[in-house]
Amino acid sequence: MEENDIKKTFKAVVIGGSAGSLSVLFEMLPNLRTNLSVAIIIVLHRKNSGDSSLSSLLSTKTLIPTKEVEDKDPLIPGNIYLAPADYHLLIEKKRSFSLDSSEKINFSRPSIDVTFESAADVFGPKLVAILLSGANDDGTEGLIAVKRAGGFVVAQKPESAQMPYMPQHAIAKVDIDLVLDVEEISNFINSLVK
Amino acid sequence: MTIEDEEIDLLLNDVLEIYGYDFNSYSRASLKRRIIRLCALDKFPSFAELRYRIRTEEDYLKRFVEEITVNVTEMFRDPSFFKVLRTDILPILGTKPFIRIWHAGCSTGEEVFSMAIMLQEADLLKKSLLYATDLNPSVLEKVRKGIFPLTQMKQYSENYIAAGGTKDFSTYYTANYGQAKLNQELSDKIIISTHNLVSDGSFNEFDLILCRNVLIYFDKDLQERALKLFDDSLGTLGFLALGSKETLKFSTIQSRFRQLDKEKIWKKMI
Repeated sequence: MEENDIKKTFKAVVIGGSAGSLSVLFEMLPNLRTNLSVAIIIVLHRKNSGDSSLSSLLSTKTLIPTKEVEDKDPLIPGNIYLAPADYHLLIEKKRSFSLDSSEKINFSRPSIDVTFESAADVFGPKLVAILLSGANDDGTEGLIAVKRAGGFVVAQKPESAQMPYMPQHAIAKVDIDLVLDVEEISNFINSLVK
Repeated sequence: MTIEDEEIDLLLNDVLEIYGYDFNSYSRASLKRRIIRLCALDKFPSFAELRYRIRTEEDYLKRFVEEITVNVTEMFRDPSFFKVLRTDILPILGTKPFIRIWHAGCSTGEEVFSMAIMLQEADLLKKSLLYATDLNPSVLEKVRKGIFPLTQMKQYSENYIAAGGTKDFSTYYTANYGQAKLNQELSDKIIISTHNLVSDGSFNEFDLILCRNVLIYFDKDLQERALKLFDDSLGTLGFLALGSKETLKFSTIQSRFRQLDKEKIWKKMI
């Protein structure tokens, strides 16, 4: 019953990760169903180089259309969007993306907090936010904003993370709805298929 | 603090009616985030207090404009872009008797000085004019001074070399009390003026216009206005350079331009 509610509700899944998250995505993406009715938005910390090889790398792991966001791209369900290096990724009420090259937040651009907060503002209770492995405390404030807007928040089980600090920090500060290992995260996302 | 979208509308209308700055066509998500950030920085207990202060204090309006617009820039930012300018574009511009370049939304001017350095190295600076414009008078004051924090010079030197620079970057500035003052001859060909892409028109014809990481803060309608303005301000075979995630793709001016193989640089064909 509860699962049915979940299926009907969510419009977007935002995933934030730092050190140790790439391998999580590599493991997760091949297991995702390709007929998702949500958009998946991924924010990963990485070196601020201009190259866009990460999105081509991720797209080898899934048949879901995967693209690195360009300014004003529309946000369409059934796609995976990746925040570009060196820009914060924001979401407009009109369901399109905006980029922002302002100051780093938590030493990071893109910052997970920025995207989580923006997604919370747009999607409110129709948002799932998932925080993965990392050695930084980016993401915690964002999860608080998602929670406050009525969204659903998930943290990677710290024991399953290469760098447990980031999910651990969030679990300590936020009322997390689910703490899941990598396989459980893919199963959870798959349960959002209509 | 949370701010309702309707409150943002009220504030932007105040700023337009009282001071003539129109931010209504800026990307709303980014603008809202900047306003919330300003409330936190200046410790406003509520949105109403921010609004009152802006309505009643002209000096505070200056700070508002400075803080909600993004003024993060570097010298030779995206070195691969500057490398293409150096190797592919400057030799073409060099065939002209006179070179006019417009840096639209130049902020504190780091990219203008980067261009001046490359022009000087190509021995083209003497026949060039660089127009540096921004809506924000206080950032233009920094362009006028040409002084940047010394701590950033290491990064800029690395960018310069990655962009194909071969000289010792420290010959371009004098270090003093933690500041780096760029050489005066770089400033001699820079013309500084306020210009607002929302409300001001074309003021000259250029061979190259750079407007990088400015359009991302505009909604699509305002982007279209700015791009038309650039089209009107470019001579035939002139070049337009945008930020690495910006595009002409959805604009009506696209049909008159052809993108170079690499980087976000377009050539005006007619």
